[in-house]
Amino acid sequence: MSDLEAFRAEIRAWLEENCPAEMREPVRDEGDVCWGGRNFQFKNEAQKTWLERCVAKGYTVPDWPKPYGGAGMSPAEAKIWREECARIGARPPLSSFGIWMLGPALLKFGTEEQKVHYLNQIARGEIRWCQGYSEPGSGSDLVSLQTFGEDKGDHWVVNGQKIWTSYADKADWIFCLVRTDKTNKYQGISFLLFDMTTPGVTTKPIKLISGNSPFCETFFDNVVVPKDQIVGELNRGWDVAKYLLGHEREMISGAGGGDRLNAIGAVVARNGLEDPILRADLAMFDVDALAYACMGEKFLDEAKVGRAHPAQPNMMKYAGTELNKRRHELLMSAGGATALEWDSERTNGGTPSRSWLRTKANSIEGGTSEVMLNVISKRILELPGA
Amino acid sequence: MPLYHTEDQAMLAESVTGFMADEGGIKKQLRHYRDMNCQDGFGHTLWKQFAEMGLTGMLAAEADGGLAMGHVEAGIVLREIGRNLTPSPFLTTSVMGVTALSGGSEEIRGRWLPGVLAGDSVLAVAVDEGPKHRPERIACKAEKAGNGFRLLGRKAFVVQGASADAIIVAARTSGSDTDNDGITLFAVPKDAAGINHENLRLVDSAMASNVTFDNVELDGDCVIGEVDGGRELLNKVIRAGRIGAAAELTGVGQGAFDITTAYLKTRKQFGQLIGEFQALQHRAAHLYSELEIAEAAVIKAQQLLDGNSDKADLMVSVAKAKAAKACNLSVREGVQMHGGVGMTDEYDIGLYMKRDRSLAEFMGDQYYHAERVAQLSGY
Repeated sequence: MSDLEAFRAEIRAWLEENCPAEMREPVRDEGDVCWGGRNFQFKNEAQKTWLERCVAKGYTVPDWPKPYGGAGMSPAEAKIWREECARIGARPPLSSFGIWMLGPALLKFGTEEQKVHYLNQIARGEIRWCQGYSEPGSGSDLVSLQTFGEDKGDHWVVNGQKIWTSYADKADWIFCLVRTDKTNKYQGISFLLFDMTTPGVTTKPIKLISGNSPFCETFFDNVVVPKDQIVGELNRGWDVAKYLLGHEREMISGAGGGDRLNAIGAVVARNGLEDPILRADLAMFDVDALAYACMGEKFLDEAKVGRAHPAQPNMMKYAGTELNKRRHELLMSAGGATALEWDSERTNGGTPSRSWLRTKANSIEGGTSEVMLNVISKRILELPGA
Repeated sequence: MPLYHTEDQAMLAESVTGFMADEGGIKKQLRHYRDMNCQDGFGHTLWKQFAEMGLTGMLAAEADGGLAMGHVEAGIVLREIGRNLTPSPFLTTSVMGVTALSGGSEEIRGRWLPGVLAGDSVLAVAVDEGPKHRPERIACKAEKAGNGFRLLGRKAFVVQGASADAIIVAARTSGSDTDNDGITLFAVPKDAAGINHENLRLVDSAMASNVTFDNVELDGDCVIGEVDGGRELLNKVIRAGRIGAAAELTGVGQGAFDITTAYLKTRKQFGQLIGEFQALQHRAAHLYSELEIAEAAVIKAQQLLDGNSDKADLMVSVAKAKAAKACNLSVREGVQMHGGVGMTDEYDIGLYMKRDRSLAEFMGDQYYHAERVAQLSGY
């Protein structure tokens, strides 16, 4: 048996023994997701047990180094971990912006002290993070952001407003882009971390067309941020931000797996499929979805060994989100009038319609499809003037 | 297995890319043989060079003198054939034909493989009987006659059929047209009496034949594999053809894309390069994304096939459908973005559009394979 086969056997046996049965059920709604954080309420004992067991082994962040709370898996091992989890339908033990976004940025730009401190907190699910990027006047043109941090010697005083801060009302800390030099557009932004309970921070949920409020407006009124809470160099936060956006785009693309990659025809057909043209559209969708799943696998394989084009996450994000929107359009058509129900029990509180509406944000958040196409044109295709 | 080429495969790709660009280019091959109205539809000198490179026997077993490689490797060659629009019997001979013969006796392999490996022989594969790919339906009959068989029927869209030294024919030896069982594969020599070719030039300048078998007498030793039990081998041949065509399509799509993006960077209108227009940039970026996804699906299907996975059949259909969709988009966008010159014979982009059409149809188009995806998924 090769080392990797032995590793697979080990993981398989561990999962068999340690993944509770309830955690092998598909995630039905937001309540099934374990986000961690100071105020997180576990839905049930199984969710808590599953997290604790994974934390103990470093499996919440399997490919992070062990000193930072990970399991130190190689790319090939991490792939086996994902495959074995997928095999039994194991839910992710912990989902967080800390894992997907801040973590990779800290691994690349953080000081050793920051890595040990923040990454372990993230891996254990102790601190829930949110992202302060967009502002009311700075959406696609993010670099025009105005939130200002005034230098006061050993700290900054931050004033301004962020918008679309996902789950800011539930987050413990924020990683935030703050202008620290008004004279330099790109090299005048710093990447700051601070506690959401710092005096002067307030949040207000934004009600969306789905009826839900995953996003907030976040206001900073003379917020004091100590100088050691900066990631990377002063005024070079844009580099960190760009790097991190790559990870965000990768995440939104669904490249890491998850149900948005799945074919849907067979699921829909279980409830009957009488319209031949809908069936044909589903089949065409399934071709695209199954092919995109291959792309996700290829992209991850290549990214792990540095073979993927650095701008490739933009392509993944573009294709993945457009596909997901199409997926939910088809699911709505297949569901008929039942899928229109907004708060009925049998739709689990309007899951089909609310999910459908939620997907419309996929191609806007984290960089619009149009911005993704701009980036592909410029950085991959090297088209003139792009 | 990671979803990219191994070091050996990358080395193969490098040498094949250079070889095909030097020897298999559009001017040297496609235009040359088309303009001289060549009835074979390809150049025999190049086929001989394929043999010298070891490409003709890539899929043949080592015991048969081949390289015992897989569909990933064959796909590397086909992608470059596609990119250069190289007219070549590689897909029908070295991919489908060799796959068929590999399921046959030592005797039949000994009869045909040496010529193929040497680049002296060419094989054609005759499956479909009408204008669309319908391998589920085989009416062409082979009746028992003495120690052998008598072949009677018609096959359509037999690419390079008239120039092939042998035609691999899927015939019915028992049962009715749509039965799964009762299929036998034959290697029919070109000089057998009673074969009639309607040799046709296709839109992409390839030659394909509608073949009529009028009581063609065949020895028993023309049978490949088992009598009546040939469906499984036929499926294997078809899968090889489908994934091969898909790989070639990704090459065609990429080739069209490359010349189109190059054009966007040189053509000026309204005082600027047309590649500066966002309307075109976004379409090019979308197309890039579709081509990347298609390529990923193709390599995944190749790996599954080489690993004898039970998921291979589904992924082959996904790959063929996706490659056809992406390549078709590439050639259509290519002609449109070239504007008027895209309509001229002088520019190559139109040649890509023609080749895409032929390859998309070969071994089932996107509609056929999407239908298969639905059926294999259980709806």
